[in-house]
Amino acid sequence: MATEAADHGGEGGGLVFHPMDQFIIKPLFGDGAVGMFTITNMTLWLALAVVAIIALMVLGTSKRAVVPTRTQSVAELAYGFVYKMVEDVTGKDGVKYFPYIFTLFLFILFSNFLALLPMSFSPTSHIAVTAVLGFGVFIAVTALGFIKNGASFLELFWVSSAPLALRPILAVIEVISYFVRPVSHSIRLAGNIMAGHAVLKVFAGFAAIAAVAPLSILGVLAIYGLEVLVSAIQAYVFTILTCVYLKDALHPHH
Amino acid sequence: MATEATEAVSSCVGPDGSAIGMPQLCFDWFPNQIFWLVITLVVIYLVLSRVALPRIASVLSERQGTITNDIAAAEDLKRKAEEAEAAYEKALADARAEAQGIAQATRDEIKATLDEASAKADAEIAARTAESEKAIAEIRSSAMSQVEIVAKDTAEAIVAALGGKADSAAIAKAVDARLKG
Repeated sequence: MATEAADHGGEGGGLVFHPMDQFIIKPLFGDGAVGMFTITNMTLWLALAVVAIIALMVLGTSKRAVVPTRTQSVAELAYGFVYKMVEDVTGKDGVKYFPYIFTLFLFILFSNFLALLPMSFSPTSHIAVTAVLGFGVFIAVTALGFIKNGASFLELFWVSSAPLALRPILAVIEVISYFVRPVSHSIRLAGNIMAGHAVLKVFAGFAAIAAVAPLSILGVLAIYGLEVLVSAIQAYVFTILTCVYLKDALHPHH
Repeated sequence: MATEATEAVSSCVGPDGSAIGMPQLCFDWFPNQIFWLVITLVVIYLVLSRVALPRIASVLSERQGTITNDIAAAEDLKRKAEEAEAAYEKALADARAEAQGIAQATRDEIKATLDEASAKADAEIAARTAESEKAIAEIRSSAMSQVEIVAKDTAEAIVAALGGKADSAAIAKAVDARLKG
């Protein structure tokens, strides 16, 4: 990432920041327009995430050891962590959606962490990606709510514990907040990752000036540490919000 | 950068290869991103649900089973040890009781022998005493008759010395009368 910034900085003959260039999607083979099926840099990093997930969850557990190896125990830890989260938040009947939720968790976690490698590409910084994830959850959960509860799913918006006079107002607020959910759900993830990477790039750009170079390198270091934290936390937040939305769909009564 | 050699590839990348605005908002790329994302998610989902999750679930339940079995086995062994200890205690108590019994029996036997011996000795002593008493009585009675004889002889001698001539029958009669008297 830093070398890329230096490239562009050098061209302009001064401090020129291109913090957003790291998010450009380029065809991996040759030049040309990015069509729907073009293999791009994003395809590569998505594939790497898949490879990493397979390495951890499939190859890591291939021995099926009763006393686990290190890799297997990490896989089991991830499994247990998300399984317990789903069970605690949604209850026993939410456990059958665990594979979907675990898929989301692992995908976001690995994309976030792989994106922290230098010269990498961060799929989760793209609103197109997170919006598919967020709206996917929203549509699935809403459909599930109506399938499981029928029209009584709408009681989710009718706060029966509130005074009767307040209920219509609360219903309007609840409906608005319900439809804002997928937006905040997806923008939170993309925003966090994009901002972190852009800030890293800006700090790296300052390293071109000798006087502030040590400070900027310290800054990169600090922000990098923060980004490691953010990567894990955002994967966790996305997953637990998914569980909360799923719980609302399964048990819409307050 | 390869893009520098060519003109702007799309509305989102400028001729110098840097982004115009936010690449995140470049709608030209959306179909491509969504397509590859969906492929990725489907692949991850299939791998997890077909291979990884059943495997991990079976490993976890197997481990749980092993732990439960081990605990059950440990409890079983503990119970067996307790049983063995109880059996040992019982054997010890039995042996103690038996020893006590044997000691008591021996004591009784010795006592019986002792009693028998002492009774036998007592009887012998009594027999001896009776025998001695009988001998003494015999001796006494024989001494009495000797005295009679001596008295008669003496009386006869005295009578003779006095110059009388006494028949022994009359003297014996007189002596007997005196002795009785």
